[in-house]
Amino acid sequence: MQKRVIFQNLWLPYLLVLPQIIITLVFFIWPSWQALTSSLYIEDAFGFSKQFVWFQNYSELFTNPAYLKSFWTTLVFGVSVTFLAMSIALLLAVAANRVIKSATGYRTLLIWPYAVAPALAGVIWYFLLNPSIGIVSYWLESVGVEWNHYVNGGQALLLVIVASAWKQISYNFLFFLAGLQSIPKSLLEAAAIDKAGPIRRFWTITFPLLSPTTFFLLIVNLVFAFFDTFALIHATTNGGPADATSVLVFRVYNSGFVGQDYGSSAAQSVVLMGLVVVITFIQFRYVERRVQY
Amino acid sequence: MVENRPFLNFLTHVALITGVLFLCFPVWMALVASTHTPEALSKAPIPLWFGGEAIANYSELLTGGVSAAGGVPVSTMMWNSLWMALGITAGKIVVSILAAFAIVYFKFPFRMGFFWMIFITLMLPVEVRILPTFDVIARLEMLNTWAGLTIPLMASATATFLFRQFFLTIPDELVEAARIDRAGPLRFFWDILLPLSRTNIAALFIILFIFGWNQYLWPLLITTEQDLYTIVMGIQRMANAGESLPIWHLVMGTAILALLPPVLVVVGMQKLFVRGLVETEK
Repeated sequence: MQKRVIFQNLWLPYLLVLPQIIITLVFFIWPSWQALTSSLYIEDAFGFSKQFVWFQNYSELFTNPAYLKSFWTTLVFGVSVTFLAMSIALLLAVAANRVIKSATGYRTLLIWPYAVAPALAGVIWYFLLNPSIGIVSYWLESVGVEWNHYVNGGQALLLVIVASAWKQISYNFLFFLAGLQSIPKSLLEAAAIDKAGPIRRFWTITFPLLSPTTFFLLIVNLVFAFFDTFALIHATTNGGPADATSVLVFRVYNSGFVGQDYGSSAAQSVVLMGLVVVITFIQFRYVERRVQY
Repeated sequence: MVENRPFLNFLTHVALITGVLFLCFPVWMALVASTHTPEALSKAPIPLWFGGEAIANYSELLTGGVSAAGGVPVSTMMWNSLWMALGITAGKIVVSILAAFAIVYFKFPFRMGFFWMIFITLMLPVEVRILPTFDVIARLEMLNTWAGLTIPLMASATATFLFRQFFLTIPDELVEAARIDRAGPLRFFWDILLPLSRTNIAALFIILFIFGWNQYLWPLLITTEQDLYTIVMGIQRMANAGESLPIWHLVMGTAILALLPPVLVVVGMQKLFVRGLVETEK
């Protein structure tokens, strides 16, 4: 936790942590406290009066079918993105780990989408799947699939899932590749001598040894899908059609800035903070942070 | 390789090439679309190969902007993005290296309290407390300022933890030697700790630059003046206009310009990038 040999100074350490602490207090703790308190009030749209209502905002939230549906949407969205991004990335990482000569070349070609902002990934896929001119929707039509995410909620959700997973594959690929490279070759060789084929070796040796990486990535991907995809959804479907892509983070924004319902937005913020606390707890309690054995 | 299986090798390459094609295809199409006239993009199927309008489209974007989306030149937005990204990156590194130095190398009352306070920021991402944060910025009159765009994003628990972790691996003998030579804490920080942290700082710089450049929600909240629009946030206005107007060639051109700087950083500094990513782990 700390060095054995340290410096003595009465005021310097405070000065050194001061910038970090001020920013944390002003821009993190204070707004969070505000969210906590204003979730207990109902405020009129002009901010003239507010009324203390205990937990009414929360009870309204959890009896609101649209909010409960948003939970479900978020879950479907998060699980699909995580599953898609992780399975494709694992496949690619296993393949890249097999080819030794051209591994760096493939790696370069596979990691760059990490740098593409979620909003841009969304806009580009939005263009590819545009019902009238998108090339992918044109191909889909030629095999008999009518694509129109403006009216079809399921397709709109699929659009944001595909765009998010596309952006997230690189990240998973890098961590899986690092995990694979740290598996001792001797284990695999021993199994090969015992006549275990490549598929058998993967499921009985490689995959179990990758489990710390897999679990870590599971958490990271869920967090990404729950919180970082606001930009992607806001820039493309804007929550629609008919709330089909309105995930929890999007609702916080929408009821606050568009609906001007501060109490409800604050209550939703508090619910989400609770969710983050739970995820962070799981992450630090159960996830091995380092990718090593 | 454990054994030689030609068919499996073939399959491996097929999988990898398919993966590369899947990842590259969307950006390829965006690049192609940005070199065509709006007429070429007006009916399906749109062309899969470059058109001849690249120079015209990109110069229109960089100088004039898209009038339907407020007419802000893309060069202005890129400039804003660059300053925002650099501000956030430099600020985060300075703020967190100082805090980590204090926490590792000093013993003072409330040290652990400060440590936990920094830790808590991990649990409070902006996305979950949008409205009250906006309220705080408005009260501090930091809306539509560069300070408002950058300072609130400068606190970073991950960067602080990264530096703390790294400082803990530095041998104590260095501090002892420095103290024998009568070097004070600031001298030690500047002459020994900072040079030793160079690679870590560089790796972190890449990750944070990408994080800063790709900010979306924050500029969306903080900026209402067009002079301050950043490119990743600004494209959303264009995409919405693209619904009714034939400007997809310009929207895709903007997308290409917006993703180019961070992608170049990742590809050009791959080694440092991978190191930074694996070390910050998020």
